[in-house]
Amino acid sequence: METAAPVKYQAAPTPPARDNDTWTHKDLVGLQDLTAAEINHVLDTAAAFKDVGAREVKKVPALRGQTLVNFFVEASTRTRVSFELAAHRLSADVINMTATSSSLTKGETLKDTAKNLEALHADIIVLRHSSAGAAQFLAERLEASVINAGDGAHEHPTQALLDTFTIREKLGRVAGIHVAIVGDILFSRVARSNIHALLKLGARVTLVGPSTLVPREFEPMGVKVTHDLDSVLPEADVVNLLRIQHERQRKEYFPSLGEYTQFFGLTKQRAERLKPGALIMHPGPINRGVEIDSDLADSVRSVILDQVTNGLAVRMAVLYLCAGVRVPES
Amino acid sequence: MNPPPTPPTPGAALVLDRASIERCLKRIAHELIERNPDLAKIALIGIPSRGIEIAKRLAGYLKDFTGTEPFTGVVDVAMHRDDLHRHRLPPRVERTILPHDLEEVTIVLTDDVLFSGRTCRAAMDSISSFGRPARIQYAVLVDRGHRELPIRADYVGKNVPTALGQRVHVRFAATDGIEDSVWMSQT
Repeated sequence: METAAPVKYQAAPTPPARDNDTWTHKDLVGLQDLTAAEINHVLDTAAAFKDVGAREVKKVPALRGQTLVNFFVEASTRTRVSFELAAHRLSADVINMTATSSSLTKGETLKDTAKNLEALHADIIVLRHSSAGAAQFLAERLEASVINAGDGAHEHPTQALLDTFTIREKLGRVAGIHVAIVGDILFSRVARSNIHALLKLGARVTLVGPSTLVPREFEPMGVKVTHDLDSVLPEADVVNLLRIQHERQRKEYFPSLGEYTQFFGLTKQRAERLKPGALIMHPGPINRGVEIDSDLADSVRSVILDQVTNGLAVRMAVLYLCAGVRVPES
Repeated sequence: MNPPPTPPTPGAALVLDRASIERCLKRIAHELIERNPDLAKIALIGIPSRGIEIAKRLAGYLKDFTGTEPFTGVVDVAMHRDDLHRHRLPPRVERTILPHDLEEVTIVLTDDVLFSGRTCRAAMDSISSFGRPARIQYAVLVDRGHRELPIRADYVGKNVPTALGQRVHVRFAATDGIEDSVWMSQT
Protein backbone atom coordinates (compact mmCIF):
# COMPACT_ATOMS: atom_id res chain seq x y z
CA MET A 1 0.00 0.00 0.00
CA GLU A 2 1.32 3.38 -0.93
CA THR A 3 -0.96 5.19 1.47
CA ALA A 4 0.40 3.80 4.70
CA ALA A 5 -0.36 6.02 7.65
CA PRO A 6 2.01 9.01 7.58
CA VAL A 7 4.99 8.41 9.81
CA LYS A 8 6.65 11.24 11.68
CA TYR A 9 10.44 11.38 11.64
CA GLN A 10 13.12 13.27 13.46
CA ALA A 11 14.25 16.68 12.29
CA ALA A 12 16.96 16.50 9.65
CA PRO A 13 18.92 18.98 7.56
CA THR A 14 17.46 20.11 4.26
CA PRO A 15 19.44 19.13 1.15
CA PRO A 16 22.38 21.42 0.41
CA ALA A 17 21.49 24.41 -1.77
CA ARG A 18 22.95 24.10 -5.25
CA ASP A 19 25.89 26.45 -5.51
CA ASN A 20 25.78 29.55 -7.72
CA ASP A 21 22.04 29.17 -7.75
CA THR A 22 21.31 32.60 -6.43
CA TRP A 23 21.52 36.12 -7.73
CA THR A 24 20.64 38.70 -5.09
CA HIS A 25 21.60 42.06 -6.65
CA LYS A 26 18.99 44.47 -7.98
CA ASP A 27 21.77 46.44 -9.71
CA LEU A 28 24.84 45.67 -11.76
CA VAL A 29 27.29 48.50 -11.12
CA GLY A 30 30.59 46.65 -11.55
CA LEU A 31 32.29 43.30 -11.41
CA GLN A 32 34.73 44.24 -8.68
CA ASP A 33 32.29 43.24 -5.93
CA LEU A 34 30.89 40.09 -7.53
CA THR A 35 32.04 36.58 -6.62
CA ALA A 36 33.24 34.03 -9.16
CA ALA A 37 30.05 32.04 -8.54
CA GLU A 38 27.90 35.07 -9.31
CA ILE A 39 29.80 35.79 -12.52
CA ASN A 40 29.43 32.15 -13.56
CA HIS A 41 25.72 32.32 -12.78
CA VAL A 42 25.34 35.26 -15.18
CA LEU A 43 27.30 33.38 -17.86
CA ASP A 44 25.19 30.22 -17.42
CA THR A 45 22.01 32.28 -17.62
CA ALA A 46 23.34 34.01 -20.73
CA ALA A 47 23.91 30.62 -22.39
CA ALA A 48 20.21 29.85 -21.99
CA PHE A 49 19.21 33.28 -23.32
CA LYS A 50 21.56 32.95 -26.29
CA ASP A 51 19.44 30.05 -27.54
CA VAL A 52 16.38 32.34 -27.67
CA GLY A 53 17.96 34.01 -30.72
CA ALA A 54 17.80 30.70 -32.60
CA ARG A 55 14.09 30.13 -32.00
CA GLU A 56 11.27 30.66 -34.46
CA VAL A 57 9.85 33.23 -32.03
CA LYS A 58 12.79 35.23 -30.72
CA LYS A 59 10.95 36.70 -27.78
CA VAL A 60 10.11 35.55 -24.27
CA PRO A 61 7.65 37.15 -21.85
CA ALA A 62 9.96 37.31 -18.81
CA LEU A 63 9.87 41.12 -18.40
CA ARG A 64 6.44 41.75 -19.86
CA GLY A 65 4.96 44.99 -18.55
CA GLN A 66 8.27 46.31 -17.22
CA THR A 67 9.75 49.58 -18.46
CA LEU A 68 13.43 50.00 -19.24
CA VAL A 69 14.99 53.41 -19.69
CA ASN A 70 18.18 53.58 -21.74
CA PHE A 71 19.70 56.68 -20.17
CA PHE A 72 22.82 57.51 -22.17
CA VAL A 73 24.45 60.71 -20.99
CA GLU A 74 27.52 59.80 -23.06
CA ALA A 75 27.30 58.83 -26.74
CA SER A 76 27.03 55.15 -27.61
CA THR A 77 25.31 53.27 -30.37
CA ARG A 78 26.20 49.62 -30.08
CA THR A 79 25.77 49.25 -26.34
CA ARG A 80 22.47 51.13 -26.41
CA VAL A 81 21.14 49.11 -29.34
CA SER A 82 22.27 45.88 -27.68
CA PHE A 83 20.43 46.76 -24.46
CA GLU A 84 17.41 47.88 -26.44
CA LEU A 85 17.18 44.63 -28.41
CA ALA A 86 17.80 42.59 -25.25
CA ALA A 87 14.90 44.39 -23.57
CA HIS A 88 12.63 43.82 -26.59
CA ARG A 89 13.46 40.10 -26.60
CA LEU A 90 12.40 39.99 -22.94
CA SER A 91 9.14 41.82 -23.80
CA ALA A 92 9.98 44.96 -21.78
CA ASP A 93 9.02 48.44 -22.98
CA VAL A 94 11.97 50.68 -23.83
CA ILE A 95 12.48 54.42 -23.69
CA ASN A 96 15.72 55.91 -25.04
CA MET A 97 17.12 59.11 -23.56
CA THR A 98 20.35 60.76 -24.62
CA ALA A 99 22.19 63.68 -23.07
CA THR A 100 21.16 66.14 -25.73
CA SER A 101 17.50 65.23 -25.49
CA SER A 102 17.39 65.27 -21.70
CA SER A 103 17.00 68.11 -19.24
CA LEU A 104 20.57 67.56 -18.09
CA THR A 105 21.51 70.15 -20.68
CA LYS A 106 19.04 72.51 -18.99
CA GLY A 107 20.84 72.18 -15.67
CA GLU A 108 18.83 69.42 -13.97
CA THR A 109 20.97 67.20 -11.76
CA LEU A 110 21.46 63.51 -12.49
CA LYS A 111 19.56 62.63 -9.34
CA ASP A 112 16.55 64.77 -10.25
CA THR A 113 16.39 63.35 -13.76
CA ALA A 114 16.55 59.84 -12.39
CA LYS A 115 13.92 60.57 -9.73
CA ASN A 116 11.67 61.81 -12.51
CA LEU A 117 12.21 58.60 -14.45
CA GLU A 118 11.29 56.65 -11.37
CA ALA A 119 8.17 58.72 -10.89
CA LEU A 120 7.16 57.43 -14.32
CA HIS A 121 7.52 53.90 -12.89
CA ALA A 122 10.66 52.91 -14.78
CA ASP A 123 11.68 49.48 -13.51
CA ILE A 124 15.18 49.32 -14.98
CA ILE A 125 17.56 52.17 -15.76
CA VAL A 126 20.54 51.46 -18.02
CA LEU A 127 23.02 54.27 -17.44
CA ARG A 128 25.97 55.36 -19.54
CA HIS A 129 27.75 58.31 -17.96
CA SER A 130 31.09 60.09 -18.30
CA SER A 131 31.65 60.20 -14.52
CA ALA A 132 32.93 57.20 -12.59
CA GLY A 133 30.48 56.27 -9.84
CA ALA A 134 27.36 57.64 -11.55
CA ALA A 135 25.70 54.22 -11.65
CA GLN A 136 26.54 53.54 -8.01
CA PHE A 137 25.10 56.94 -7.08
CA LEU A 138 21.76 56.12 -8.70
CA ALA A 139 21.69 52.50 -7.53
CA GLU A 140 21.85 53.66 -3.92
CA ARG A 141 19.06 56.18 -4.36
CA LEU A 142 16.53 54.46 -6.60
CA GLU A 143 14.27 51.51 -6.11
CA ALA A 144 14.59 50.70 -9.82
CA SER A 145 17.32 48.34 -11.01
CA VAL A 146 20.35 50.27 -12.25
CA ILE A 147 22.60 48.66 -14.85
CA ASN A 148 25.94 50.31 -15.51
CA ALA A 149 26.55 50.61 -19.26
CA GLY A 150 29.88 52.36 -18.68
CA ASP A 151 30.80 55.04 -16.14
CA GLY A 152 33.84 57.11 -17.03
CA ALA A 153 37.02 55.05 -16.82
CA HIS A 154 35.59 52.95 -13.97
CA GLU A 155 33.66 49.88 -15.16
CA HIS A 156 31.70 48.51 -18.11
CA PRO A 157 30.51 45.24 -16.60
CA THR A 158 28.35 43.88 -19.44
CA GLN A 159 31.23 44.30 -21.92
CA ALA A 160 33.56 42.27 -19.68
CA LEU A 161 30.87 39.65 -19.12
CA LEU A 162 30.37 39.23 -22.86
CA ASP A 163 34.14 39.03 -23.41
CA THR A 164 34.39 36.36 -20.72
CA PHE A 165 31.36 34.54 -22.13
CA THR A 166 33.00 34.51 -25.58
CA ILE A 167 36.26 33.12 -24.18
CA ARG A 168 34.40 30.41 -22.29
CA GLU A 169 32.33 29.54 -25.35
CA LYS A 170 35.27 29.38 -27.77
CA LEU A 171 37.95 27.87 -25.54
CA GLY A 172 35.74 25.84 -23.20
CA ARG A 173 36.98 27.45 -19.99
CA VAL A 174 38.33 30.65 -18.48
CA ALA A 175 40.54 29.28 -15.69
CA GLY A 176 44.16 29.01 -16.77
CA ILE A 177 43.60 30.97 -20.00
CA HIS A 178 46.18 33.67 -20.69
CA VAL A 179 44.56 36.91 -21.86
CA ALA A 180 46.58 39.83 -23.20
CA ILE A 181 44.73 43.15 -23.06
CA VAL A 182 46.41 45.59 -25.42
CA GLY A 183 46.19 49.33 -25.73
CA ASP A 184 44.72 52.18 -23.80
CA ILE A 185 44.30 50.59 -20.39
CA LEU A 186 44.52 53.78 -18.35
CA PHE A 187 41.34 55.28 -19.80
CA SER A 188 39.54 51.99 -20.30
CA ARG A 189 36.59 50.88 -18.21
CA VAL A 190 36.45 47.79 -20.44
CA ALA A 191 39.94 46.81 -19.28
CA ARG A 192 39.11 47.34 -15.60
CA SER A 193 35.97 45.22 -15.73
CA ASN A 194 37.76 42.55 -17.75
CA ILE A 195 40.62 42.39 -15.24
CA HIS A 196 38.14 41.84 -12.38
CA ALA A 197 36.16 39.15 -14.21
CA LEU A 198 39.16 37.26 -15.62
CA LEU A 199 41.14 37.19 -12.37
CA LYS A 200 38.11 36.06 -10.36
CA LEU A 201 37.58 33.18 -12.79
CA GLY A 202 41.22 32.12 -12.61
CA ALA A 203 42.62 33.49 -15.88
CA ARG A 204 46.06 35.07 -16.26
CA VAL A 205 46.07 38.66 -17.47
CA THR A 206 48.87 40.60 -19.15
CA LEU A 207 48.40 44.28 -19.95
CA VAL A 208 50.32 45.58 -22.95
CA GLY A 209 50.76 49.14 -24.21
CA PRO A 210 52.88 52.27 -24.04
CA SER A 211 54.05 53.06 -20.52
CA THR A 212 51.96 56.23 -20.54
CA LEU A 213 48.75 54.23 -21.03
CA VAL A 214 49.75 51.07 -19.14
CA PRO A 215 51.47 52.23 -15.96
CA ARG A 216 52.93 49.73 -13.48
CA GLU A 217 50.27 50.90 -10.99
CA PHE A 218 48.06 48.13 -12.36
CA GLU A 219 50.36 45.37 -11.09
CA PRO A 220 48.93 45.26 -7.52
CA MET A 221 45.61 44.10 -9.05
CA GLY A 222 47.38 40.82 -9.83
CA VAL A 223 48.20 41.34 -13.50
CA LYS A 224 51.47 41.46 -15.46
CA VAL A 225 52.39 44.73 -17.16
CA THR A 226 54.64 44.86 -20.22
CA HIS A 227 55.41 47.29 -22.99
CA ASP A 228 56.59 44.67 -25.49
CA LEU A 229 53.74 43.16 -27.52
CA ASP A 230 55.94 40.81 -29.56
CA SER A 231 57.09 38.93 -26.46
CA VAL A 232 53.51 38.38 -25.26
CA LEU A 233 51.89 37.16 -28.48
CA PRO A 234 53.42 33.63 -28.53
CA GLU A 235 52.12 32.98 -24.98
CA ALA A 236 48.62 34.44 -25.22
CA ASP A 237 45.46 32.38 -25.73
CA VAL A 238 43.40 35.54 -26.24
CA VAL A 239 44.43 38.98 -27.47
CA ASN A 240 41.87 41.64 -26.57
CA LEU A 241 42.64 44.83 -28.49
CA LEU A 242 41.13 47.95 -27.01
CA ARG A 243 40.11 50.93 -29.01
CA ILE A 244 42.30 54.03 -28.80
CA GLN A 245 39.85 56.44 -27.20
CA HIS A 246 40.55 59.69 -28.98
CA GLU A 247 37.74 61.38 -27.10
CA ARG A 248 38.93 60.48 -23.62
CA GLN A 249 42.59 61.46 -23.82
CA ARG A 250 44.78 64.32 -24.76
CA LYS A 251 47.30 63.76 -27.50
CA GLU A 252 50.41 63.68 -25.32
CA TYR A 253 50.02 60.02 -24.32
CA PHE A 254 51.78 58.79 -27.46
CA PRO A 255 53.43 60.69 -30.31
CA SER A 256 51.21 59.57 -33.20
CA LEU A 257 48.72 56.91 -34.27
CA GLY A 258 51.33 55.69 -36.79
CA GLU A 259 53.84 55.12 -34.03
CA TYR A 260 51.21 53.42 -31.87
CA THR A 261 50.42 50.99 -34.70
CA GLN A 262 54.12 50.34 -35.24
CA PHE A 263 54.62 49.21 -31.65
CA PHE A 264 51.21 48.01 -30.47
CA GLY A 265 49.03 47.44 -33.51
CA LEU A 266 48.22 43.83 -34.40
CA THR A 267 49.69 43.71 -37.89
CA LYS A 268 49.79 40.64 -40.14
CA GLN A 269 53.47 39.99 -39.39
CA ARG A 270 52.82 40.25 -35.68
CA ALA A 271 49.84 37.93 -35.86
CA GLU A 272 52.11 35.17 -37.18
CA ARG A 273 53.63 35.00 -33.70
CA LEU A 274 50.26 34.03 -32.19
CA LYS A 275 49.60 30.49 -30.98
CA PRO A 276 47.43 28.40 -33.31
CA GLY A 277 43.85 28.76 -32.10
CA ALA A 278 44.44 32.02 -30.26
CA LEU A 279 41.44 34.35 -30.31
CA ILE A 280 41.47 37.98 -31.44
CA MET A 281 38.91 40.15 -29.65
CA HIS A 282 37.94 43.79 -29.85
CA PRO A 283 35.08 45.55 -28.05
CA GLY A 284 34.44 47.79 -31.05
CA PRO A 285 34.14 50.11 -32.77
CA ILE A 286 37.35 49.12 -34.56
CA ASN A 287 39.86 51.68 -35.78
CA ARG A 288 40.90 49.57 -38.78
CA GLY A 289 44.62 49.88 -39.44
CA VAL A 290 45.32 51.32 -35.99
CA GLU A 291 44.81 48.68 -33.27
CA ILE A 292 44.32 45.88 -35.75
CA ASP A 293 45.05 45.16 -39.39
CA SER A 294 41.87 45.32 -41.43
CA ASP A 295 42.15 41.78 -42.87
CA LEU A 296 42.89 40.31 -39.45
CA ALA A 297 39.69 41.83 -38.08
CA ASP A 298 37.79 39.78 -40.66
CA SER A 299 39.87 36.58 -40.28
CA VAL A 300 38.71 33.28 -38.78
CA ARG A 301 40.65 34.01 -35.61
CA SER A 302 38.66 37.14 -35.00
CA VAL A 303 35.63 36.61 -32.74
CA ILE A 304 34.63 40.27 -32.87
CA LEU A 305 31.17 39.59 -34.30
CA ASP A 306 30.61 36.68 -31.88
CA GLN A 307 31.20 39.24 -29.15
CA VAL A 308 28.33 41.34 -30.53
CA THR A 309 25.95 38.34 -30.64
CA ASN A 310 27.01 37.25 -27.17
CA GLY A 311 26.55 40.78 -25.87
CA LEU A 312 22.86 40.47 -26.56
CA ALA A 313 22.62 37.21 -24.61
CA VAL A 314 24.63 38.56 -21.68
CA ARG A 315 22.50 41.71 -21.48
CA MET A 316 19.30 39.65 -21.55
CA ALA A 317 20.68 37.62 -18.66
CA VAL A 318 21.67 40.71 -16.68
CA LEU A 319 18.29 42.39 -17.21
CA TYR A 320 16.44 39.21 -16.27
CA LEU A 321 18.50 38.63 -13.12
CA CYS A 322 18.53 42.21 -11.82
CA ALA A 323 14.87 42.87 -12.61
CA GLY A 324 14.01 39.57 -10.92
CA VAL A 325 15.33 40.67 -7.53
CA ARG A 326 12.67 42.16 -5.29
CA VAL A 327 13.85 44.71 -2.81
CA PRO A 328 12.35 43.73 0.54
CA GLU A 329 10.10 46.46 1.84
CA SER A 330 11.67 47.95 4.92
CA MET B 1 14.97 -3.58 5.67
CA ASN B 2 16.40 -0.24 4.66
CA PRO B 3 16.34 2.49 7.29
CA PRO B 4 13.57 5.02 6.62
CA PRO B 5 14.69 7.92 4.40
CA THR B 6 15.29 11.26 6.07
CA PRO B 7 12.48 13.83 5.76
CA PRO B 8 13.28 17.11 3.98
CA THR B 9 11.73 19.18 6.76
CA PRO B 10 11.00 18.29 10.36
CA GLY B 11 7.71 16.51 10.75
CA ALA B 12 7.17 15.83 7.05
CA ALA B 13 5.16 12.70 6.33
CA LEU B 14 6.23 10.12 3.77
CA VAL B 15 3.79 9.85 0.85
CA LEU B 16 5.77 7.63 -1.55
CA ASP B 17 8.91 5.61 -0.89
CA ARG B 18 11.51 4.46 -3.42
CA ALA B 19 9.67 1.29 -4.44
CA SER B 20 6.33 3.12 -4.82
CA ILE B 21 7.92 5.81 -7.00
CA GLU B 22 9.42 3.09 -9.20
CA ARG B 23 6.01 1.39 -9.54
CA CYS B 24 4.33 4.70 -10.44
CA LEU B 25 6.86 5.57 -13.11
CA LYS B 26 6.82 2.05 -14.58
CA ARG B 27 3.03 2.20 -14.81
CA ILE B 28 3.26 5.59 -16.55
CA ALA B 29 5.77 4.07 -18.99
CA HIS B 30 3.25 1.33 -19.85
CA GLU B 31 0.51 3.93 -20.31
CA LEU B 32 2.82 5.88 -22.64
CA ILE B 33 3.28 2.72 -24.73
CA GLU B 34 -0.52 2.19 -24.89
CA ARG B 35 -1.24 5.76 -25.97
CA ASN B 36 1.70 6.23 -28.35
CA PRO B 37 2.05 3.37 -30.84
CA ASP B 38 5.21 4.87 -32.36
CA LEU B 39 7.59 5.63 -29.53
CA ALA B 40 10.17 6.93 -32.01
CA LYS B 41 7.92 9.95 -32.45
CA ILE B 42 7.63 10.96 -28.82
CA ALA B 43 10.03 13.26 -26.97
CA LEU B 44 10.13 13.23 -23.17
CA ILE B 45 10.78 16.83 -22.14
CA GLY B 46 11.55 17.50 -18.48
CA ILE B 47 10.53 20.64 -16.63
CA PRO B 48 13.46 21.72 -14.39
CA SER B 49 14.65 20.58 -12.12
CA ARG B 50 13.23 17.19 -11.14
CA GLY B 51 11.08 16.78 -14.24
CA ILE B 52 14.35 16.19 -16.09
CA GLU B 53 15.12 13.22 -13.86
CA ILE B 54 11.59 11.85 -14.42
CA ALA B 55 12.01 12.15 -18.21
CA LYS B 56 15.28 10.21 -18.02
CA ARG B 57 13.75 7.45 -15.90
CA LEU B 58 10.71 7.08 -18.13
CA ALA B 59 13.01 6.88 -21.18
CA GLY B 60 15.01 4.15 -19.43
CA TYR B 61 11.87 2.11 -18.63
CA LEU B 62 10.57 2.53 -22.19
CA LYS B 63 13.87 1.21 -23.49
CA ASP B 64 13.68 -1.77 -21.11
CA PHE B 65 10.08 -2.57 -22.12
CA THR B 66 10.21 -1.98 -25.88
CA GLY B 67 13.83 -1.57 -26.98
CA THR B 68 13.08 1.96 -28.20
CA GLU B 69 14.59 4.82 -26.24
CA PRO B 70 12.78 8.08 -26.97
CA PHE B 71 14.39 11.52 -27.21
CA THR B 72 14.78 13.21 -23.83
CA GLY B 73 15.21 16.94 -23.36
CA VAL B 74 14.57 19.98 -21.21
CA VAL B 75 12.23 22.95 -21.44
CA ASP B 76 13.06 26.12 -19.54
CA VAL B 77 10.04 27.70 -17.91
CA ALA B 78 11.73 30.49 -15.93
CA MET B 79 11.71 32.98 -18.80
CA HIS B 80 8.09 32.15 -19.65
CA ARG B 81 6.56 32.51 -16.21
CA ASP B 82 3.96 35.20 -15.62
CA ASP B 83 4.87 35.56 -11.97
CA LEU B 84 8.50 36.73 -12.00
CA HIS B 85 7.45 39.66 -9.81
CA ARG B 86 6.14 37.25 -7.17
CA HIS B 87 9.53 35.66 -6.62
CA ARG B 88 11.94 37.34 -4.27
CA LEU B 89 14.90 36.20 -6.38
CA PRO B 90 14.99 35.37 -10.09
CA PRO B 91 14.36 31.65 -10.77
CA ARG B 92 17.24 29.80 -12.38
CA VAL B 93 17.11 29.72 -16.19
CA GLU B 94 18.02 26.44 -17.91
CA ARG B 95 18.94 25.73 -21.51
CA THR B 96 16.05 24.29 -23.51
CA ILE B 97 16.80 21.05 -25.37
CA LEU B 98 14.13 20.00 -27.88
CA PRO B 99 14.15 17.85 -31.05
CA HIS B 100 15.32 19.89 -34.03
CA ASP B 101 12.04 19.53 -35.90
CA LEU B 102 8.84 19.46 -33.82
CA GLU B 103 6.42 19.02 -36.74
CA GLU B 104 5.34 15.37 -36.20
CA VAL B 105 6.58 14.94 -32.66
CA THR B 106 4.44 14.20 -29.61
CA ILE B 107 5.96 16.13 -26.73
CA VAL B 108 5.46 14.52 -23.31
CA LEU B 109 6.12 17.15 -20.63
CA THR B 110 7.27 15.61 -17.36
CA ASP B 111 7.26 17.22 -13.93
CA ASP B 112 7.40 16.13 -10.33
CA VAL B 113 4.36 17.93 -8.87
CA LEU B 114 1.25 19.33 -10.58
CA PHE B 115 -0.21 22.17 -8.50
CA SER B 116 -1.62 25.40 -10.01
CA GLY B 117 -0.88 24.38 -13.61
CA ARG B 118 1.00 27.63 -14.28
CA THR B 119 4.33 25.89 -14.79
CA CYS B 120 2.75 23.63 -17.40
CA ARG B 121 1.29 26.65 -19.19
CA ALA B 122 4.71 28.32 -19.21
CA ALA B 123 6.25 25.12 -20.61
CA MET B 124 3.65 24.95 -23.40
CA ASP B 125 4.22 28.64 -24.23
CA SER B 126 7.94 28.04 -24.36
CA ILE B 127 7.57 25.05 -26.69
CA SER B 128 5.25 26.91 -29.02
CA SER B 129 7.95 29.54 -29.58
CA PHE B 130 10.13 26.79 -31.10
CA GLY B 131 7.53 25.30 -33.42
CA ARG B 132 4.30 23.34 -33.58
CA PRO B 133 4.46 19.81 -32.21
CA ALA B 134 1.82 17.28 -33.30
CA ARG B 135 0.51 17.12 -29.73
CA ILE B 136 1.59 17.78 -26.16
CA GLN B 137 0.93 15.33 -23.33
CA TYR B 138 1.69 15.82 -19.67
CA ALA B 139 3.04 13.33 -17.11
CA VAL B 140 3.47 14.06 -13.41
CA LEU B 141 4.60 12.01 -10.45
CA VAL B 142 2.20 13.72 -8.02
CA ASP B 143 -1.03 15.65 -8.66
CA ARG B 144 -1.79 17.64 -5.51
CA GLY B 145 -4.84 19.53 -6.81
CA HIS B 146 -5.64 23.28 -6.53
CA ARG B 147 -5.53 24.07 -10.25
CA GLU B 148 -5.67 27.73 -11.24
CA LEU B 149 -5.85 27.02 -14.97
CA PRO B 150 -7.86 24.56 -17.10
CA ILE B 151 -5.01 22.01 -17.25
CA ARG B 152 -4.95 18.32 -16.38
CA ALA B 153 -2.26 15.66 -16.63
CA ASP B 154 -2.51 12.72 -19.06
CA TYR B 155 -0.42 10.51 -16.79
CA VAL B 156 -0.45 10.75 -12.99
CA GLY B 157 1.77 8.72 -10.67
CA LYS B 158 -0.33 9.45 -7.61
CA ASN B 159 -3.13 11.81 -6.67
CA VAL B 160 -2.37 13.38 -3.28
CA PRO B 161 -5.18 15.47 -1.80
CA THR B 162 -3.66 18.47 -0.01
CA ALA B 163 -4.66 21.67 1.71
CA LEU B 164 -3.56 24.84 -0.04
CA GLY B 165 -0.93 25.71 2.58
CA GLN B 166 0.66 22.27 2.70
CA ARG B 167 3.81 21.47 0.74
CA VAL B 168 4.79 18.43 -1.29
CA HIS B 169 8.51 17.64 -1.49
CA VAL B 170 9.96 15.27 -4.08
CA ARG B 171 13.49 14.01 -3.55
CA PHE B 172 15.61 11.92 -5.90
CA ALA B 173 18.96 10.34 -5.17
CA ALA B 174 20.25 11.69 -8.50
CA THR B 175 19.25 15.33 -7.92
CA ASP B 176 19.19 15.72 -4.14
CA GLY B 177 21.51 13.06 -2.78
CA ILE B 178 18.59 11.75 -0.72
CA GLU B 179 16.86 8.41 -1.24
CA ASP B 180 13.94 8.65 -3.70
CA SER B 181 10.91 9.78 -1.73
CA VAL B 182 7.84 12.05 -1.76
CA TRP B 183 6.85 13.95 1.37
CA MET B 184 4.07 16.17 2.60
CA SER B 185 4.53 18.86 5.26
CA GLN B 186 2.18 21.37 6.88
CA THR B 187 4.17 24.47 5.86
